[in-house]
Amino acid sequence: MKYACLAPIIRKTNIAKGIWDMEILCPDAAREAVPGQFVDILAEGYTLRRPISICGIDRDKGTLRIVFEVRGKGTAVIAQKEVGSSLDIIAPLGHGFDLLDTDKRAVIIGGGIGTPPMVPLAQHYGANASVIFGFRDARAVILKEDIERTGADMILCTDDGTAGRKGFVTDALDEVLKALRPDIIYACGPMVMLRRIAERAAKDDIRCQISLEERMACGVGACLGCACVTKQDDKTVYKHVCKNGPVFDAKEVVFA
Amino acid sequence: MSATSVTFAGIDFKNPIVPASGTFGYGHEYEELYPLSRLGGISVKGTTGKLRPGNLPPRIAETPSGMLNSVGLQNPGIDAFIRDELPYLKTKDTVVIANIAGSDENEYREIAEKLDATDVDMIEVNISCPNVKAGGAAFGVSCEGAAQITRIVRSVTSKPVMMKLSPNVTSIADIAKACEAEGADAVSLINTLLGMRIDIRTRRPILHNNVGGLSGPAVFPVAVRMVWQVANAVKIPVCGMGGVSTWEDAVEMMLAGASLIQVGAAIFTDPLAPVKIIEGLEEYTKRENISLTDIVGKVQPW
Ligand SMILES: Cc1cc2nc3c(=O)[nH]c(=O)nc-3n(C[C@H](O)[C@H](O)[C@H](O)COP(=O)(O)OP(=O)(O)OC[C@H]3O[C@@H](n4cnc5c(N)ncnc54)[C@H](O)[C@@H]3O)c2cc1C
Ligand SMILES: Cc1cc2nc3c(=O)[nH]c(=O)nc-3n(C[C@H](O)[C@H](O)[C@H](O)COP(=O)(O)O)c2cc1C
Ligand code: FES
Repeated sequence: MKYACLAPIIRKTNIAKGIWDMEILCPDAAREAVPGQFVDILAEGYTLRRPISICGIDRDKGTLRIVFEVRGKGTAVIAQKEVGSSLDIIAPLGHGFDLLDTDKRAVIIGGGIGTPPMVPLAQHYGANASVIFGFRDARAVILKEDIERTGADMILCTDDGTAGRKGFVTDALDEVLKALRPDIIYACGPMVMLRRIAERAAKDDIRCQISLEERMACGVGACLGCACVTKQDDKTVYKHVCKNGPVFDAKEVVFA
Repeated sequence: MSATSVTFAGIDFKNPIVPASGTFGYGHEYEELYPLSRLGGISVKGTTGKLRPGNLPPRIAETPSGMLNSVGLQNPGIDAFIRDELPYLKTKDTVVIANIAGSDENEYREIAEKLDATDVDMIEVNISCPNVKAGGAAFGVSCEGAAQITRIVRSVTSKPVMMKLSPNVTSIADIAKACEAEGADAVSLINTLLGMRIDIRTRRPILHNNVGGLSGPAVFPVAVRMVWQVANAVKIPVCGMGGVSTWEDAVEMMLAGASLIQVGAAIFTDPLAPVKIIEGLEEYTKRENISLTDIVGKVQPW
């Protein structure tokens, strides 16, 4: 079930340059949301809503947390909204991550602004998760404390070595896979990163789920706008990121 | 009859608001937000003879006050529509309008024949899709092409036939007249205007198809003008669409000559738009103590 509602902003924090962290009150959506789903937000004055992943679900408080970067005009409008005003949202949308039992071993990888949806996953697996997350530099690092609090193993990477270790998340993944064999790998981030992770998981025959992005219009599966190329029994099939995804099994995705 | 009900091409609509083809799927996704019975009707996703996979992504680009799409008629084909979608939609207490497209005359004939044997209420014939290579818009840009497809569909069905016109033409009124002459029961307009956006950083068009169809509030004044011109040129009823997003827009479109209204891109901005427009029209007719049929074509030009 999805809901269209006005969700009051009850907390708003600027957590890095141009990156905002908001908690919004929407009890119906919070009750049904699962990790990996997203919220479609109206940017007043613009025709198309902006899809933003769910970064936290608090069923008791009835809130969802979103963390987003100002990229263009629409996200700039949303970032200007203050506590006390409301976001016009449709949520929860899409097909989230498959969660295994909490005693299973998961490797969770986030690249840049692909990190937010990984937080609730890390919370689910706690100490049984290895979280690898990568950013451009120290100033772009977000959600470190949130991941620390989950009790997961954590490897922080930056391209320039100004925080954590220098290097890409894919190097860190190679290292982790030498030490352990996870039951599942999850990833969200740039396509090149997802492709490498998907290839690595396929090589070791480890289950892998990735969260994809595509330009959307309806956000609910009606307009067929957000197509993503997948293969099924060797046939090419267009699936839809907003409905079949954003989370897909890596082995079904055809990388451009 | 209520103040918002209309009779269009012999079919009764409880109100004139119909989600536009391609923007509402087959209704499933929006049914969680409001009952489909609230709507005057539904124009379902364009259906072709066989399954069509559609175009490569990206298929969507935002534009000032609107959007481009190059979905390319992705659909499961007419047999799947009749088998999997139509029976369910027919239980929803709303008018079901099939929307069809073909790449040649035979495909239009075959689909229309199959629909004639169903209980679909009306057939909207898309001769104006800008997103497919063969057929589609090619028929809609000449009077001969439009007449030919109208004739073929007319010859195989007794259902009301509504020809959906392209705005990418020199004289849309002439095309409408050609459809009327071949026995069309109604025309609907406008389909999308061909447009393009380029990412200045990558120097690539945003749409993988390079070009796509423009819709949304940006096209509204163009649509009003075309509806007005067509309504003045033909006697058959006109279904108006293109950028309608408020009840005031719907009234304006009706004054221009439309007796039925489709709402497309506005649903993406606000999924509740069709219902809000219906509520606005209900209040308007009550306040003014009129029925909507009173205002159709009642613009008083200078
Ligand atoms: C399922 C999903 C989850 C996402 N989660 C997050 C998140 O948690 N945090 C975050 O910062 N960003 C997230 N994004 C990306 C975010 O949606 C875009 O950055 C945002 O739409 C850009 O809008 P804009 O107005 O700033 O940019 P503009 O360039 O003005 O946008 C123009 C149009 O392009 C679309 N667009 C531009 N970039 C993207 C993109 N990368 N993906 C999809 N559509 C795009 C916009 O939605 C809009 O329709 C997510 C995207 C998807 C599809
Ligand atoms: C994503 C999308 C898909 C569409 N698909 C179809 C289609 O399959 N058949 C059709 O006749 N028109 C299609 N259209 C055109 C609309 O039905 C309508 O004519 C047009 O969008 C103008 O109305 P609007 O400005 O209210 O959106 C589509 C439009 C959009 C935005
Ligand atoms: S955005 Fe409409 S189907 Fe995904």
